[in-house]
Amino acid sequence: MSISHAPPPSTTPDISLEKTTSPAPPPAPDLVALVASSSRRTRVPRWLRRTTGPVLLLGLWQLLSATGVLAPDVLAPPGTIARVAGDLIEDGSLTTAMGVSLQRVAVGLLLGTLVGTGLALVSGLFRVGEDLVDASVQMLRTVPFVGLIPLFILWFGIGETPKIAVITLGVSFPLYLNVYAGIRGVDSQLIEAGESLGLSRWGLVRQVILPGALPGAMTGLRYSLGIAWLALVFAEQINADSGIGFLMVQARDFLRTDVIVVCLIVYAFLGLLADFVVRTLERLLLQWRPTFTGR
Amino acid sequence: MATDVHRPVTGNPSGPDAAGHPRETATAVRVDGLTRAFDGRPVIDRLHLDVRAGEFVALLGRSGCGKSTLLRVLAGLDRDIEGTVLVPRRKAVAFQAPRLMPWKRVWRNVLLGLPGKPERARAEQALAEVGLGHRAQAWPKTLSGGEAQRASLARALVREPDLLLLDEPFGALDALTRVKAQRLVDELWQRRGCAVLLVTHDVEEAVLLADRVLVMDEGVIAHEQRIDLPRPRDIADPRFAALRAGLLERLGVEAPAVASPGTEAHAA
Repeated sequence: MSISHAPPPSTTPDISLEKTTSPAPPPAPDLVALVASSSRRTRVPRWLRRTTGPVLLLGLWQLLSATGVLAPDVLAPPGTIARVAGDLIEDGSLTTAMGVSLQRVAVGLLLGTLVGTGLALVSGLFRVGEDLVDASVQMLRTVPFVGLIPLFILWFGIGETPKIAVITLGVSFPLYLNVYAGIRGVDSQLIEAGESLGLSRWGLVRQVILPGALPGAMTGLRYSLGIAWLALVFAEQINADSGIGFLMVQARDFLRTDVIVVCLIVYAFLGLLADFVVRTLERLLLQWRPTFTGR
Repeated sequence: MATDVHRPVTGNPSGPDAAGHPRETATAVRVDGLTRAFDGRPVIDRLHLDVRAGEFVALLGRSGCGKSTLLRVLAGLDRDIEGTVLVPRRKAVAFQAPRLMPWKRVWRNVLLGLPGKPERARAEQALAEVGLGHRAQAWPKTLSGGEAQRASLARALVREPDLLLLDEPFGALDALTRVKAQRLVDELWQRRGCAVLLVTHDVEEAVLLADRVLVMDEGVIAHEQRIDLPRPRDIADPRFAALRAGLLERLGVEAPAVASPGTEAHAA
């Protein structure tokens, strides 16, 4: 680094044509080679990098189990868990339970998406709808939906209905909030441009407002999927005779921590799968977005 | 740039006189007694304006004088008005920002709002006309500022407007791109023969392109200047400099004490 000095006061006018009076050439700056970003990046493929974290976690688990820090009745080692999982798949109980649970989530998610986006469209697109719907939704969303399970059992009995109702309820709110915010966040300049191009009211909704609200809707879907699994666990643990939650309750009664862990891992994998679905949807639907994608 | 041979060229751009447009007597815009007030304060105050069909009119004025408001009224985007406003049914706007829908590819942006199910070829033709034929399939985020502005222009032109409203369309472009875009607009106007209302704060641009320059002040057209210079116009022409100086004076910008030819001519 060099310290710069103020130029010596000169009596000549502003623009001096004599450059020869400068005392010494400036010291050569310290040059640094900039590395191209492609060579700086590691050559490991993306999926491998993404699986490294979970694999490290698994290794830590194995290490703790092998050294005896984790007692087998607190948390069985990964090997045991894998064997138990194999057994559960072999006798068909895990696959049946997964099928039932997946179906519940799918139906709940579908209904919740319809309700959430439907209400968001009503209150996002129409001021009357906003006045009627928004206050009520904002009020209801602060009620913890899990607390409604006893009420749902009294209303809908102990069949599939209360479980799906809980998931639907849980899914609706994040979708509502994000779609509504997405609609209200659409650039008014673009709406004006659409108007100037002669778009009808419906055309404006379809071509400008809904695509503009899509990023918000995707965020809502992400939240919703997370909440759907959460709601499923609650619903299936309170009263159920099938599903992963039921399997877990049963395992708890028989003190089988290994089965519980298997079920938790299944939940985790289903969550991962859901995330993959949303990621794929985002890549397909939001490829127009000029946003930062990470380094 | 745009070398399009799809339609006959009316008025050769390189010819000495290119202002010979048909429909001399027809009117494209008639505004009478127009008032637009914001919170009781009139921004446009009993304004009168006539634009002939095929005429290129530039609207100058300081910022906040109401020129953009007038354009929005003519575009039909602002309806809180009093007075008479007659505009062609077919009109199009190009805004200062391109305002392309980021979720639509360029060609879909061009066709947006057209009635029926327009063919993609129609968009490609309009894009070719502005020299963007090769970018039809691109996402707007991949366009440069000048390209986006040309796409916006293509979107306006594909409607085959009788009135083209330009709201400082070159304001956000760099100097070189702006010169190219101005030439393009000049060419397109000569080819299409539609009436153009160009809102700008750039006096040089107004004198370069317009048949008639209007200066707006205090909510009315305060001054009107015909520009009879032959096209294409030369900035170095002394008549050009005189017209520019006169308009700058109108806008309250005194000529510098030591006038040097070819200085930037931006009004405040």
